[in-house]
Amino acid sequence: MADETEAGCARPTGGPVGAESTQNDKPAKPTREERAMVMVGQKAPDFIAPGYQKGKFITVKLSDYLGKWIVLCFYPGDFTFV
Amino acid sequence: MLSVSIDSMFVHKMWDDDELSKMVDGGVPFPMLSDAGGKVGRIYGVFDENAGVENRGRFLIDPDGVIQGFEVLTPPVGRNVMETIRQIQAFQLVRQTKGGEAAPSGWRPGKKTLKPGINLVGKVWKEWKTSMAFD
Repeated sequence: MADETEAGCARPTGGPVGAESTQNDKPAKPTREERAMVMVGQKAPDFIAPGYQKGKFITVKLSDYLGKWIVLCFYPGDFTFV
Repeated sequence: MLSVSIDSMFVHKMWDDDELSKMVDGGVPFPMLSDAGGKVGRIYGVFDENAGVENRGRFLIDPDGVIQGFEVLTPPVGRNVMETIRQIQAFQLVRQTKGGEAAPSGWRPGKKTLKPGINLVGKVWKEWKTSMAFD
């Protein structure tokens, strides 16, 4: 499910799987304000993210959990009370 | 179960070590993921660009990777875990019956399901009472 990763000084981050790069490889163009929201009945966008689980630093890919029910919970931040 | 916030995995470790492990024996069992920059939250529509944090978004994803439901709350109100479990149980029932049975309002395991079909059209009132949504 999850690969263990080494802890270094760089702060790792994840992101969508297969999404095109939004770095500086394209000329700047006027961005249209578009608030994407996923829809029920559609595939959950796949992603990779670093994390922590029971004493280990890990990397998790959503699609590794295919075949199981997943509850994916976002929250504002650690130590945010509720 | 996967949890996601913009905190680094180092902060997740400290939160688990210093606080959550005092609430949950052995600490948090599931992966606590880091979404620094909000890239993942943004594609799910829960990243608040102004505050720079994720809202309280909860997504139910079935074994085929399809989103069956979600709920998004602003930060000050927590979620109802039992309701999340009830929804998963209801979706599992629908999946087991390949859609042959549906879970009406207020359904929980053991309560009556409905079997959608031509014979049920206009006859739900015979099978299901509004009080069943509240008991």
